[in-house]
Amino acid sequence: MGAILHTVNKSPFEKNSLQTCLRMSLPGSSILLIEDGVYAALAGGDAAAGLAAAMQDRSVAVLGPDLRARGIAEDRIMDGIEIVDYDGFVRLAAASAKVQSWM
Amino acid sequence: MKFAVLVNEGPYTHQASDTAYHFVHAALGQGHEVTRVFFYHDGVNNGTRLTTPPQDDRNVVERWSELAGEHDLDLVVCVAAAQRRGIVDADEQKRNGKDGNNLAEGFRISGLGQLIEAGIQADRLVSFGD
Repeated sequence: MGAILHTVNKSPFEKNSLQTCLRMSLPGSSILLIEDGVYAALAGGDAAAGLAAAMQDRSVAVLGPDLRARGIAEDRIMDGIEIVDYDGFVRLAAASAKVQSWM
Repeated sequence: MKFAVLVNEGPYTHQASDTAYHFVHAALGQGHEVTRVFFYHDGVNNGTRLTTPPQDDRNVVERWSELAGEHDLDLVVCVAAAQRRGIVDADEQKRNGKDGNNLAEGFRISGLGQLIEAGIQADRLVSFGD
């Protein structure tokens, strides 16, 4: 069984979807922040510590179009988070064994 | 690779239908197959052709219909969720004695088994919703 791609579409300031995702996801899996989930990627934000810990053994990406839709410049994103577009989203989904959406 | 997509949220609610559309569009662009898009819960509201968004806004429903036409997509609306929300095709209109129907081009109404089948037949099932 290969690794899972986890998507998180809720802001960490609104719901605990990201927290649940970080708790349940296994080493080697990937996490993609989409829609309001992109707020978690802000450097110095409340979710930064948890994400940084997860990045020790999981890869984290954020959907660039959703950053731009919210006026978040790419230089405000935490180091180590990859910015992808919808093509990147599809590639991550294809490269993972399954996709789990945390909503 | 075969993708199936589940949409659980209506148009203009938050962003799920838009994200699902862009995902499907990108997947098709990369040469993947999208075997089915299943609309469930409030997601069935993506299937009404009577929607009239402002002219400077995207037309979420029409966009799905056009994509279905271009790529022969199977857009399936859950029948039970549709009945609750007044999404009706000609058959359902007749069956339930309604005075009209509103299912958009490219969509069809069917049962939840279509979601299960899509999950079994596709390599990946990707869910979008609230």
